[in-house]
Amino acid sequence: MANTPEDLAYTKDHEWIRAKGDLATVGITDYAQKQLGDVVYVELPKPGDRFEATEPFGSVESVKAVSEIYMPVTGSVVEVNESLNDSPEQINEDPYADGWLIVVKMENPAQADGLLTSAEYEDYIKAEAGE
Amino acid sequence: MLKRTALFETQAALGGRMVDFAGWEMPVQFSGPTQEHMAVREAAGLFDVSHMGEIEVQGPRALDFLQFVTTNDVARLQDNQVQYSMLTNPDGGIVDDLLVYRINHEYYLLVVNAANTDKDFTWIQQQSGPFNAEVHDTSAGYVLLALQGPVAERILQDLTDHMLDRIPYYWSQRVSIDGCECRVSRTGYTGEDGFEIFSSPGNARHLWNRLLVTGQPLGLVPCGLAARNTLRLEASLRLWGNDMDETTTPVEAGLGWAVKLGKGDFIGREVIERQKREGVARKLAGFVVEDRAPARDGYPIAADGQQIGSVNSGSPAPYLKKNIGMAYVPVQYAQPGTPIEIVVRGRSVAARIVEMPFYKRGRRFD
Repeated sequence: MANTPEDLAYTKDHEWIRAKGDLATVGITDYAQKQLGDVVYVELPKPGDRFEATEPFGSVESVKAVSEIYMPVTGSVVEVNESLNDSPEQINEDPYADGWLIVVKMENPAQADGLLTSAEYEDYIKAEAGE
Repeated sequence: MLKRTALFETQAALGGRMVDFAGWEMPVQFSGPTQEHMAVREAAGLFDVSHMGEIEVQGPRALDFLQFVTTNDVARLQDNQVQYSMLTNPDGGIVDDLLVYRINHEYYLLVVNAANTDKDFTWIQQQSGPFNAEVHDTSAGYVLLALQGPVAERILQDLTDHMLDRIPYYWSQRVSIDGCECRVSRTGYTGEDGFEIFSSPGNARHLWNRLLVTGQPLGLVPCGLAARNTLRLEASLRLWGNDMDETTTPVEAGLGWAVKLGKGDFIGREVIERQKREGVARKLAGFVVEDRAPARDGYPIAADGQQIGSVNSGSPAPYLKKNIGMAYVPVQYAQPGTPIEIVVRGRSVAARIVEMPFYKRGRRFD
């Protein structure tokens, strides 16, 4: 079963965020990395790039497919996990820590409260897997 | 309504993730494409390829007929021998690629791509009149398993008294496997040693399960379509629909070796003969991306500031650990060493034309 830490918020596109003040760290969930399989390449934006919530901001590639990743909240990128260039497998090995993707400065931190809780996200992926 | 092979439930129960492929509901992966790919290179993998089509051609003039509809020289085949060949149209375009099995001099079995079975059957039947050949689509009568990898022979040998080392590459034999009557050929689509095993659908589960249980201690794993695709690409084996179709010819696709002009007339001969003599304007070439970004099917290819083609098949290659691909490019760009650019989501990344095949297995047996 997929791991879904309780202190994070989730999207239906399988991203997670960890909010602290107006900064949020963003990654993809354990469920998402399992569905993707071995990640071989990650394409991320540059610091300063601004995205609306739900806008695609990069992509994660496994051997068989390219998957877009979507912004959970509106904001500007302040930091990018450069170590994924050399070690994209960190997304598989540790999706909630070493495998983080970007840090965003949120324009409206209240947006983070509107995302799924870990319990809601678990129900969502159970329903999706059961289809 | 998607079609299912006799092994659908068996594979779903093993965790096979099912997808639509050419009208069939088939497993794209079990443990994962990379693991499955590596298992085939280093040990063995088992694939259900029962979705492929089987067309039987029979009659006193079956040989003459096949000489006319296929590109290779069928007269070179002896009983039980197998040949890679193509069906071509009058423009020299590739209707399909296929394997021709000579059962005897009046009886041949053609194994064709799943996506093309109906089209091929209609095409072959339309040409058969003057030759009085009997053509039957017998696809429903076969389960087809591919057991591929360096330990494939050891696994299969455990289940039969037939001396498998006496079946050379591209030959087949009738073999009893754990009590099931089969035709076994030393063929495959992975670039490894291995076998393709034909039997009746009633034997499917027994054969599949016995092979998996026997092979497991040697590293055998069930494999899906994703690994089948990366394995064939690494070995530079063309896929109909990606790397060739009715608008590309055998010469352009680099398959001129499977066209024999000395055998007499065949459909498409005029165009292919001229291309072999005068050359072609574009050729299927292999490339390696000099960047971490994989090239994917359809990505544009540029050189000297203009688009010169697009990727026909592109993927990360799990064994070679490179991003590789094949594409039709103008011949002046097809030489190994030529720099090209792949446009990945708007960004140009460097790539280089290389000699194919990308991967060739070492000689393990002599």
